[in-house]
Order: sequence, then structure tokens, then C-alpha cells
Amino acid sequence: MLEARLYLLQRASAMLLVPLLLAHLVMILYAIEGGLSAAEILGRTRGNLLWAAFYGLFVTAVAMHAPIGLRNILREWTGWRGRSLDFATLGFGALLLGLGLRAVLAVTV
Amino acid sequence: MQDTADREEMLTVEIWRGREDGALQTYRVPRRESQTVLDVVTWVQRNEEPALAYRFACRVGMCGSCAMQVNGKPRWTCRTHVSRVAENGLLRIEPLANLPRIKDLATDMAPFFEKWQGARGRHEPTRTRHEPMAPVSSESPARKAANAGIECINCAVCYAACDVVGWDENYLGPAALNRAWTLANDERDADKAGLLQAVSQSGGCHSCHSHGSCVEHCPVGLNPTAGIAGLKRMTLAALMKGEL
Ligand code: HEM
Ligand code: SF4
Ligand code: SF4
Ligand code: FES
Repeated sequence: MLEARLYLLQRASAMLLVPLLLAHLVMILYAIEGGLSAAEILGRTRGNLLWAAFYGLFVTAVAMHAPIGLRNILREWTGWRGRSLDFATLGFGALLLGLGLRAVLAVTV
Repeated sequence: MQDTADREEMLTVEIWRGREDGALQTYRVPRRESQTVLDVVTWVQRNEEPALAYRFACRVGMCGSCAMQVNGKPRWTCRTHVSRVAENGLLRIEPLANLPRIKDLATDMAPFFEKWQGARGRHEPTRTRHEPMAPVSSESPARKAANAGIECINCAVCYAACDVVGWDENYLGPAALNRAWTLANDERDADKAGLLQAVSQSGGCHSCHSHGSCVEHCPVGLNPTAGIAGLKRMTLAALMKGEL
């Protein structure tokens, strides 16, 4: 059943997002407080598989979580229903995943 | 002087007249002790507006037919005292929200009851009348969960209070899903798989945002939100086991 699957995917990805988001925020604070320059940050992330995996998982979770939520909002606030909405949801997820992975590659490769 | 006496004794009552394209009409109704909102509507119908359409039957909170919007909130009018809801002597009484209007304060309840069917809200028996009754322990957790939800009087107050019902025409709504939850916990029900499928369709239990407006307004104190959360858990368990 589509609705139950989407529900599961959204909640599971949200649970994944909690620790990832926290770690991400701590990282930002650390980088800024520590006064790391862009070059220093890139020096640490480039070629580091662990960072690639961390942010790869992060953008994948967001690419699953956000489009499902957006689909719910669109269904409730507009008359948009059915297959076209499902494909648009899929498209938005693919867009987020593409943009996200591009960013991850840019800082880790 | 006359003015003060008048304000103490009289209520200003706005009542919806007509169908979707109707309008509020104002009446002056004498204030009585222990007066209910239904008493007010009945007074208007008997004294001012013989053609006023509205529904009631039991007048004691049993039948669920008298629900209306009172000052913007859905309420069972036969058990709602004017003293609790009047704002500065003013009552605005409108037909129940989220349902098509028929005339004045009467709504078409058909969509509400169709959704009970949509949620597979009818019992599918495991036994025939020729077999002995199934023994069900009143102490079993499932029976306790079912008991917590079975006193619904079908008043549709929760249905009118639910934003998601207003947004999504397919949403089954709190009462129908609450009914499905009681059946899902009924050991005598034969078609649990069918039930879980019915509540997992588009507009089923997964559309609920758990914001509890149904709980807040249910006049008999039921908790549809908890039942719907239970259905979500049950459907997810079935999904993991490949049974959905
Ligand atoms: C700690 C991280 C997060 C958690 C725990 C979380 C949790 C949730 C939950 C439980 C819902 C369902 C709400 C409901 O159905 O009533 C939801 C909805 C939603 N989330 Fe997240 N989320 C997180 C991060 C994000 C992020 C990063 C985005 C966007 C990039 C996002 C976008 C959305 C959207 C658009 C909805 C739909 C709104 C709704 O259904 O009411 N979330 N989120
Ligand atoms: S908790 Fe669910 S069913 Fe109850 S009012 Fe909110 S959305 Fe509607
Ligand atoms: S759950 Fe409560 S508010 Fe909803 S129909 Fe039943 S009795 Fe009325
Ligand atoms: S008239 Fe029966 S519940 Fe109000």
C-alpha cells in the first residue's frame, strides 16, 4: 500500500535525520568557532570516505523525507491528486538527491 | 434601566438560514436557567421561525443527532449549556462544518457514514449464529483498547473539528477510523487484513497529523487520535511482515 509505505519512509528518514542533523550543526559550530578556513575544511573532507558516507546518507534521507512531506502539503492545500502528483514527488526527490550528491562530491572528491 | 434588564434577560442569537448560499439571521431569545443551545434553537422554531430546519431526537446526549457549530465550534447542542458558550450574551449557531448543508441547521450526514463503510467499519463475524458465542476476556489488552473507543454516538462533532477532513475530501476522518480501531482489536472480527487495507488507502489513517482536535471536541471523551496512532502502528507492522 503506497500510503503506508510513504508514511514508513518519511518517519524512518526523519529518525535518521535527527542524529545526522545534530552532528551537522555541531560540525558547523565547531568549524566556525574554531575559525577554520574553507581551504582547511576542504583539506579535511577531500578524499575522506567517512565524510562522503555521512553526507551521502544525509542528502539521501532528506531526498526521501522532504518530497513526501511536500506531497502531503500539496494534497491538503491544493486540489492536486493522483499520478501526476506522485511523479512530481518522485521528480522533486530526484532533484534533491542530484543537487545533494553533487555538493557531497564537490567537497569530498 | 430597561436596557440593563433587557441585556440580562435576552440572548442575541444568530442562526444560519438557507443552504450553502444562505445567511445568518438574528433573533432575540429569552434567557432561562439551565438553558441548552438546543433549547434556544427550539424556542426560535416554536416562537419565531416555524420553518426552521434542525435535528435532534433524544435530548440527553445519546443519539448524536443534534450537533451544530456554536460560536464557531462543533458541539452536541442538547448537552451544551448556554452559560458555558455564550459570549457577551451572543450565540452564533450554524450547521456542522465539513458536511454539505441541506437546509438551515440540517446537514447531509451521508458522506460521514459512507466513510465508516470506507474504513470497513462493519463487523465481519468469525462465527455463525449456530455456534456458541466467542469467549472474550474483558481483561485482554485488545479488548481494553476496543472498549476505550466503543461509546461513540456518531455525532460527527470530531469530523467537523478535523482540519484534514476539510482539506482532503478522501480523508476517512476520526470517527470512522476510531471505529476501525475498535474492530481491529475485536478478537471476533474475521477480516483484519481487509480492515488494515481499507485504512491504508489514500485518505486513510496515515493522513492524520495527530493534532488532537477530535479529542478536544469529542463530547463523550473518546480519543480517536490514539486509535488512529494504533492503526498506524498496526499497518506498519503488517507492512513489515509483508501482509499489507
Ligand atoms: C531532525 C530532522 C527532522 C525530523 C525529526 C522531521 C520529522 C518530521 C515529521 C514527523 C513529519 C510529519 C508531520 C506530520 O505528518 O504531521 C515531517 C514532515 C515534513 N518534513 Fe520533516 N523532519 C526533519 C527534517 C526535515 C528537513 C531537513 C526537511 C526539508 C528539507 C523536512 C521537510 C518536511 C516537510 C516538507 C514535511 C511535511 C509537513 C507536514 O506533513 O506537516 N523535514 N517531518
Ligand atoms: S488528530 Fe487526526 S483525526 Fe483528529 S482532528 Fe487531528 S488530523 Fe483529524
Ligand atoms: S468519536 Fe466522539 S465526536 Fe466523533 S462521532 Fe464519535 S462521539 Fe462524536
Ligand atoms: S439530541 Fe440526542 S445527542 Fe443531542
